[in-house]
Amino acid sequence: MKATIGLVLLFFVAIALTLVVGVRDAGISDLWNAFFAFDANDPTHAVIRSVRVPRLVAGLVAGAGLGMAGTVMQAVTRNPLADPGLLGVNAGAAFAVVVGALLTGYSDSGMMAALAFLGAAIASIAVFLVGGARSGAGSPVRLTLAGVAINALLLSLVSAIILSRNETLEIFRFWVTGSLAQANTRPLEAMFVALVLGAAIAAIIAPRIEALALGSSLARGLGTKPGTVQLSALLAIMLMTGAAVAVAGPIAFVGLVVPPLARRIGRHVLRRELVASAVLGGSMILLADTAGRLVVAPAEIRVGIMTALVGAPVFIFVVRRLKPGALT
Amino acid sequence: MSQTGLTTTSLTLGYRERTVLRDLSIAVPDQRVTSILGPNGCGKSTFLKALARLIAPASGQVLLSGDDIGKIDTRALARRLSILPQSPKAPDGITVSDLVRRGRTPWRGLLAPWSEEDARICRQALEQVDLSDLADRPIDELSGGQRQRAWIALVLAQNTPYLLLDEPTTWLDLAHQLEVLSLLQKRNRDHGTTVVTVLHDLNLAVRFSDHLILFGGKGLVAEGAPEVVITPENLQAAFGLKALVMPDPLTGRPMIVPH
Repeated sequence: MKATIGLVLLFFVAIALTLVVGVRDAGISDLWNAFFAFDANDPTHAVIRSVRVPRLVAGLVAGAGLGMAGTVMQAVTRNPLADPGLLGVNAGAAFAVVVGALLTGYSDSGMMAALAFLGAAIASIAVFLVGGARSGAGSPVRLTLAGVAINALLLSLVSAIILSRNETLEIFRFWVTGSLAQANTRPLEAMFVALVLGAAIAAIIAPRIEALALGSSLARGLGTKPGTVQLSALLAIMLMTGAAVAVAGPIAFVGLVVPPLARRIGRHVLRRELVASAVLGGSMILLADTAGRLVVAPAEIRVGIMTALVGAPVFIFVVRRLKPGALT
Repeated sequence: MSQTGLTTTSLTLGYRERTVLRDLSIAVPDQRVTSILGPNGCGKSTFLKALARLIAPASGQVLLSGDDIGKIDTRALARRLSILPQSPKAPDGITVSDLVRRGRTPWRGLLAPWSEEDARICRQALEQVDLSDLADRPIDELSGGQRQRAWIALVLAQNTPYLLLDEPTTWLDLAHQLEVLSLLQKRNRDHGTTVVTVLHDLNLAVRFSDHLILFGGKGLVAEGAPEVVITPENLQAAFGLKALVMPDPLTGRPMIVPH
C-alpha cells in the first residue's frame, strides 16, 4: 500500500515537472490556465500546449511501453535480465531508420517514426520465426539466441551503411540516443493506439503467461497452449516497444530495470505488475528527460543518455541482489 | 465401483523412431489411488504424460469418459484432469499463496476477476497440504517437503476429478514421502479424486495404492490390486530382482524384501 501511494506521487511529480520545467519556466497557475483558460497570445501557454504536452505524451508512451514490454518479456522468458531489445526491436528500428535516411535523405520526422515502428515489427517477427515460436517449440533460450543473432546481423548492416555515408551517419547519430525533443513531429496518436493494443493483449493473456512461467508441461496441464501464449505475448511486446522506439528512439535500461521493481510492487500477479511497470516506466523517462533539460540548461542531455546514466547503477543494484541460480 | 473413466486403447508411445511402450490397453479405476511402477527407463513417466496429453500417442488413444483426450478442448481438459510434472520450477521469490492461485488458471475467464470461489478453493487446498500458516512465505524459503506440498496444493486448487503426479516423492526423505502420499490418499478418500502417480518406492506404492500398473523393460508386466501385482515372479520380470514377498506386519499388504 505504501509503495502504491509512493508510486502514484512519483508519477504525478514526474508529469508536473515535465510540464513546468523548461527554458520558459511555468508556474502551476500557467499550467492550469493553459488547459482550462487557454490564451493563444500567451507564449507560456503555447509552449505548454504545443511542446510540453506532446513531450509528456511521448514520454509516457515510451516509458509505459518499455516498462510493460520488459515485464512481459521477463515473465515469458523466465529470465530476470531479459530486455525487450533482445527481440531485435531496437536493431530493426535502427536498420529501418538508416535505410530510410540513406534513400530519402530525410532527417528526423514522422516518417522516420513510422519506419522505426515497421523495422521493429519486422525484426521481431524474424526473431519469432527463427526462434521457432510459431510451432510452439520456441523455448526461452532459443528465442533469446535468435534475438542475439538477428540483433548482431542488423547492427552490422547499420554500421556498414552509416560508415559509407556521412549524411546518414549524421541522422543516425541523433536518432540512436533517443530523445523526446522531436515529440511534436512524431505520430503520437497512432503510437498511443499501438501501445494500448499491446497493453490490452498483455493484460488479457496475463494469467496464461503466469501459468507458462511454471514451465510448459505444467502450463499445458493448466489448460494453456504455450505456443499461442508465447506468440500473443511477443505480439504485445512488439506493439509496445515498437511504439516506444517510434516516439522516442531507442532508450536503454527502462525495459530492464523497471520489471524487477514492478515485481516488488505487483508481487507476482502479472496484471498488477503491468500497471506498476507502466507507471514506473513513464515516471522514469519523464524524470530522466526533465533532469536532462535541467543539468546543462539551456542545452539538454538526450533522454536516452540520461536513462542509461541513471539506469546502469540501478541495474547493477538489481543484479547484485539476484540469488545465485536465479537465471536457470 | 470399478468404473473406469480414464482408459487407453492399443496405445503405443515413443519418441521419434524409438518406441517406448507398445499396444497398451489399460484402465485406471475411478476414485482410486493408482501407482505406476517399473525400472528406470521403462516408460512409466511417458505413460503418465500420455494420460495427461503432454505427449501425443504414436498410435492408439487415451479416452476420458469415452472421449478421445486428443480431441478435448485444452481448457475443458484442464478442468477435468490435472498433472504435476517432475520437479517444476517456481518464479523467483513467489509466495506459496501466489503460486497456488495459478492452479485456478483453467477456471478463470478471459477477463474474469479473481472470485470468492477461487479464493475459497485455494484456501482449502492450502489447508489440505497443511501450509496455511506459510501461505505468505516465499517458496524458496521452504524445505523440500513443504515446497512439494505447495506444488501439490497448486494442482489441488485446480480441483479436477483426475489428478496425475509424476514422481511426487522424489528427493524427499522417508517421513516426507509418507506425508505427501498420505495427503494424496486423504484427498482421494475425502473427495473421491482419482489419483495416479509414478512412484519409485515399491513398498510405499503398495502401502498407499489401491491399484498398481507394473512395467518392465518390455512393456506391461501386470496390473491390478497390490496383492495380485506384487509377486516374486512379477518382480523378477519387471526389475530382474530376486525378492521375497511377505505380508507387511502393519497392514497385511505385500511387502518386498530384496535378496
